[in-house]
Amino acid sequence: MTTIEHVRPPRLQAVGAQVRQISFWAENAAPIGLVALVIVFSALSPTFLTLGNIKAMLVAAAILVILAIGQSFVITTGGIDLSISATMTFGAIGFGLAFQAGLGFWVSAVVAIVAGLLIGLINGLLIAKGKVTDFIATLGTLSVATGLALIVSNGKPITINSTELLTLTSGSLGIFGYPIILAAVIAVLAWFFMFRTRFGLHVQAVGGNEESAVANGISATRIRMAVYLISGGLAGVAALLLVARVGAAEPAINTQFLLNSIAAVVLGGVSLTGGKAKIVGPVIGALLLTALTNGLTLLGVSQFYQPLAVGLVVVLAALLTRFQKK
Amino acid sequence: MTTPDQYNERPSVAPHTGTTATRDFILQATGITKSFGGVHALKGASMTMRRGEITALIGDNGAGKSTMVRCLSGIHRPDSGEILLDGKPVTFENPNAAIQQGIETVQQNLALVEDLTVWQNFFLGREKTHGFGPFRTLDRKLMKQTAADLLKNLAVNVPPVTSKVRRLSGGQRQAVAIARAAGWGSQIVIMDEPTAALGVQETARVEGVIETLRESGVAVLLISHNFDQVMRLSDHVWVMRAGMAVAERRSAETSGDELVALITGAKAA
Ligand SMILES: Nc1ncnc2c1ncn2[C@@H]1O[C@H](COP(=O)(O)OP(=O)(O)O)[C@@H](O)[C@H]1O
Ligand SMILES: [Mg+2]
Repeated sequence: MTTIEHVRPPRLQAVGAQVRQISFWAENAAPIGLVALVIVFSALSPTFLTLGNIKAMLVAAAILVILAIGQSFVITTGGIDLSISATMTFGAIGFGLAFQAGLGFWVSAVVAIVAGLLIGLINGLLIAKGKVTDFIATLGTLSVATGLALIVSNGKPITINSTELLTLTSGSLGIFGYPIILAAVIAVLAWFFMFRTRFGLHVQAVGGNEESAVANGISATRIRMAVYLISGGLAGVAALLLVARVGAAEPAINTQFLLNSIAAVVLGGVSLTGGKAKIVGPVIGALLLTALTNGLTLLGVSQFYQPLAVGLVVVLAALLTRFQKK
Repeated sequence: MTTPDQYNERPSVAPHTGTTATRDFILQATGITKSFGGVHALKGASMTMRRGEITALIGDNGAGKSTMVRCLSGIHRPDSGEILLDGKPVTFENPNAAIQQGIETVQQNLALVEDLTVWQNFFLGREKTHGFGPFRTLDRKLMKQTAADLLKNLAVNVPPVTSKVRRLSGGQRQAVAIARAAGWGSQIVIMDEPTAALGVQETARVEGVIETLRESGVAVLLISHNFDQVMRLSDHVWVMRAGMAVAERRSAETSGDELVALITGAKAA
């Protein structure tokens, strides 16, 4: 970095000029925030930057990264998926029941993803075809998915003893555990589809100006169906990691994952009004939120303060996005 | 609607002037109605377009020109009425259906997505790709190059194809929308007030594009408030008033004064 700037002073000046603009901070809130958090926490806690803790943080971040990517597709179209974490719970219970029935890991994994897709399909039909407001539709399916998970599991956690799940949680390449590798693969694919294919361009077009997109022959209905299916399917994938982490399929209400998935996307600089796609930003946003929780825990700050801290960071980020370049 | 009107009274056939044979019409719209709630934007309007001609559609604000355009381009579905393309009845379920049938349109609102770049807007809905299956990628290089080439002919102050449309001037936006509609080798190009936001030089270029389209056999429907332009470019003129097409003239056989009188209703069709 420094050498490049040294050789090319005009570039350095340009960077300097950028830094003085508030829009620079607004565009890059997530990476700047992440770096700041790392500096602060590593100064306050010697454990924070140890390999063991970094590895643990990355594993912990995987679920949120995957949910944030799903949420990002939906938010790019100007929608929102409030059912995302309930869908994950529903997928986890689907996995648990299938596994309990002796279907084995792989079939159960497919069941989890299909369960997620099912909720995504309902969201898509309600919003794209039924023209129900996204907020109301997904609030409804949030409740439906939570209720179904409770009903089919009888409200009891299903303990899972699967060697494959154990490998999924504990396996790693270097400091990168399998969960974060899975999340990274999904992120790369998501980036590819969003920025290099017709589909991704149409997602951005529908979010940016639906009327214009439709006038150019794009089917907004199909695009909206697709993003809710993506969100549901990814919630199903996240369900696997959740079951692997907990060691059981619990019909618990994971509200924190819902709030954090939206928070990660906002931190990542995606406007809730749609039209501006980002994948790397939300991923960094998810890492930031995980680092924040991890750092506070290491410092012995009471659990009670963690939602407060997350809330403050998100509100700050939301304020900053007002200064993003149009 | 006080003046009885020779064209709109014919129920089943689209109107035509003089001796023109039906097969010479590329498009015939008959008895088109369209209401928005209590607003009757089209009350049974009929009009035609001939092959290889520039047809002008004129009328006061609110006469229903844009609504007619939006019916012909698949954005609205008429409440009733018939559209014949090449003599065959067509219904456009959506804009894509009209595009598939070779009808390109510059909508009055331009139909651009501000957060996308010029080249992305240019190819919106018909992107070029390479590769196979789900990993078919956008051919960005080809699209940028093509968009730049087609824009060069049109815009006086050519915007970079990688800049967002949000950053473009009104004239540049209009150039993007027009170059886009003209670039696909379609059989009909509809332009709803294409030179409204343009300066003298840019207007001249757009008129050049319209004439080039006609030379290459494309039928153009031009909506314009500029009588000089209409008289200069068009072969045929349709006049709309209060949701009806009330008169038609060969451009060579009319005058700006007569058109004004037809628009206001001072002169009966
Ligand atoms: N989407 C719409 N909703 C309600 N009213 C509309 C809509 N589109 C057009 N109108 C009304 O229909 C009439 C004709 O409008 P328009 O076709 O835009 O006229 P023109 O293009 O000739 O100025 C106007 O009264 C206008 O307000
Ligand atoms: Mg109009």
